Amino acid sequence: MVPNPGDTTLAKSGLTRKAPAKVAAEQETFALRSLQEAHEAQPRYSASDEELLHFYEQMLLIRRFEEKAGQLYGLGLIGGFCHLYIGQEAVAVGLQSALKAGHDSVITGYRDHGHMLAYGIDPKVIMAELTGRAAGISKGKGGSMHMFSTEHKFYGGHGIVGAQVPLGAGLAFGHQYREDGGLCMAYFGDGAANQGQVYEAFNMAALWNLPVIFVVENNGYAMGTAVTRGSAETHFHRRGTAFRIPGMSVNGMDVLEVRSAAEVAVAHVRAGKGPVLMELQTYRYRGHSMSDPAKYRTREEVQEMRENRDPIDGAKAELLKRGVTEDRLKEIEKQIRSIVNEAADFAENSPEPELSELYTDILVESY
Amino acid sequence: MAIELKMPALSPTMEEGTLAKWLVKAGDTVKSGDILAEIETDKATMEFESIDEGVIGAILIPEGTEGVKVGTVIATIGGEGVAAPAAAVAAPKAEVPAASQAAVAAPAPKPRAADPAVPAGTNMKTSTVREALRDAMAEEMRRDSRVFVMGEEVAQYQGAYKVTQGLLDEFGPKRVIDTPITEYGFAGIGVGAAMGGLRPIVEFMTFNFAMQAIDHVINSAAKTNYMSGGQMRCPIVFRGPNAAASRVGAQHSQNYGPWYASVPGLIVIAPYDAADAKGLLKAAIRSDDPVVFLENELVYGRNFELPELDDHVLPIGKARIMREGSDVTIVSYSIGVGLALEAAETLAGEGIEAEVLDLRTLRPLDRQAVLDSLAKTNRLVIAEEGWPVCSIASEVMALCMEDGFDHLDAPVLRVCDEDVPLPYAANLEKVAIIDAARIAAAVRKVCYR
Repeated sequence: MVPNPGDTTLAKSGLTRKAPAKVAAEQETFALRSLQEAHEAQPRYSASDEELLHFYEQMLLIRRFEEKAGQLYGLGLIGGFCHLYIGQEAVAVGLQSALKAGHDSVITGYRDHGHMLAYGIDPKVIMAELTGRAAGISKGKGGSMHMFSTEHKFYGGHGIVGAQVPLGAGLAFGHQYREDGGLCMAYFGDGAANQGQVYEAFNMAALWNLPVIFVVENNGYAMGTAVTRGSAETHFHRRGTAFRIPGMSVNGMDVLEVRSAAEVAVAHVRAGKGPVLMELQTYRYRGHSMSDPAKYRTREEVQEMRENRDPIDGAKAELLKRGVTEDRLKEIEKQIRSIVNEAADFAENSPEPELSELYTDILVESY
Repeated sequence: MAIELKMPALSPTMEEGTLAKWLVKAGDTVKSGDILAEIETDKATMEFESIDEGVIGAILIPEGTEGVKVGTVIATIGGEGVAAPAAAVAAPKAEVPAASQAAVAAPAPKPRAADPAVPAGTNMKTSTVREALRDAMAEEMRRDSRVFVMGEEVAQYQGAYKVTQGLLDEFGPKRVIDTPITEYGFAGIGVGAAMGGLRPIVEFMTFNFAMQAIDHVINSAAKTNYMSGGQMRCPIVFRGPNAAASRVGAQHSQNYGPWYASVPGLIVIAPYDAADAKGLLKAAIRSDDPVVFLENELVYGRNFELPELDDHVLPIGKARIMREGSDVTIVSYSIGVGLALEAAETLAGEGIEAEVLDLRTLRPLDRQAVLDSLAKTNRLVIAEEGWPVCSIASEVMALCMEDGFDHLDAPVLRVCDEDVPLPYAANLEKVAIIDAARIAAAVRKVCYR
């Protein structure tokens, strides 16, 4: 990055970091529901056939990739923890479609495969990371929960529940500091939403007007604890109220609703109006991780979501209704299966890291 | 084409399990997501879902079978045309025999650069450590617009300990940022900003409060470069006063040097005098690695000689001989160095010439400097203002045993604080913390005097 000598001259006059104008205006303009209302006025994005096909493809890629990852886990090729995104595909695909790829930053927790695929990162290097191979995106040293692509401005991939929220606010701080017009989308789950550091980050993000979209992916369960058993306020989009952060509650099972809501949030943040808190109502079909027996919910509950709310089936039905042919969709399915199989073959057949890799990348410099 | 269904691994540690129940039979049509069987692991009963579509061919392992090894073929499915062949691979064999794994050695440390020579005729000015730290930050902020300071009371208040005095006036509120009292949160924001390409200096009012933020220092800052295979950078400095102050009680009086120094991926610096404080803080700000920079409140106001140079930058990872001596080595860092020098003066009066070695950097430790001095004096004492258990002193003792044994003429001794939470009462506090007299006594002991 090129240092900008002009930075030193900025805002010398004010004693506080932010002009006090916002405080003065709060009585008149404080409207925490304004974004929700804007979203409800146009709940679904009017996608062209090609756009919807593209969303469908991306969601299907995530689904098939994750199914394959589950299969490889069962075969012992993937170890440790492996958190699958199946059921939640519309969230990452819909939200990230509204971002400027390579410009806006994205950060998430450990359920990160879907966000990476939605940002166009090569499935091969993701799968190879899952199998712990040298060709993996983190050279096999990160694993499922710790993957990054600075090239794509995807900043992980964090294993500590909630840590990505202040980190995301920090990435947003960087965009603001550099005045590059970018924003950060920081994803976390309904479980992480109860971490104290999330609210420390909300406070500073609002105080400093940071360009950040906080996204709660509410899939109903923090590991095995249903939201009603772990959260006093289960309407997570209201959790920003104490910090004057406007909230949005969004159907996360419909990619077009997600995209429409994302546009409202992105426009707000890009206009310099500070952070937004989005809650995406979604559902994960699989266990929390691969070793989750999922006894905390009924089989019927999962079936109901799969059969009636599935984001991929929904997009497929809409495409067929629009006149896209079964053959075309079959062709897409076939292509994706081949991409995923190729990724799996690559991940199985590429070598493990050299043992000398044990000692690399600990520090950047040598002392 | 038949797809083989294999006994799945359902947890990170599962090697075998019981096939408790089949929910399908030969001839059933299944689709992705259907439950095929229930499998009992050592922890739980898990449902085994199909991810393929097709007709169940044969059930090969009957229900109720115990001890079914992971990877055993338990059934077959006749796949549909588009279905991909199941990965018919076994778990990968370890590609390298265990014996050769042990043979891979850590890379040898490279020789460390010495401090750059101060040119003859350089003017020496008197500076407090506080001023030296402030000047280091100001110089680096002038040099690189990516550098900014954030922390509690760093801006308008001019620093809780006045270390950031004047920075707001020069650099403005964009680069000198007061934070709320939320260490976990602002440490995380600092780390995120560093990951995004800035160079934050995060001031903790004291390192005692940084315990709230230690997760970001270790899990987010120190480990991410490694976990990302070298992609992610985190050029950040966490700085502030560390260790005991004066009469502030146990919660505000702790030396975190050993804590952070145990973490791979961190640089840990704990300078003593003004010249080192300035030269090493400038190096820390320029480093591409995350640095924990431990200061000491009791030393902030002390005056030292400081060379007036345009760019006084010192090497990280290099110890400094503060006083030459031939009879015994006293290793210390931070405030302990002053006490070690005081003890050395006393000992000189008794005919014992002590060499005082200031570690300056706690990670990476300058092992060679310790061993070189030991080879010269053959006796060694470590003086550390901090608890004795799992300390820097322990580490230096281990180093002497492992790599300096042949040079030892006496056991290595350590002089540390008492192994108690630091008390408030003046008399108790005094006896709990190391002093020059105790260091001198330990030196006499290893010199058999």
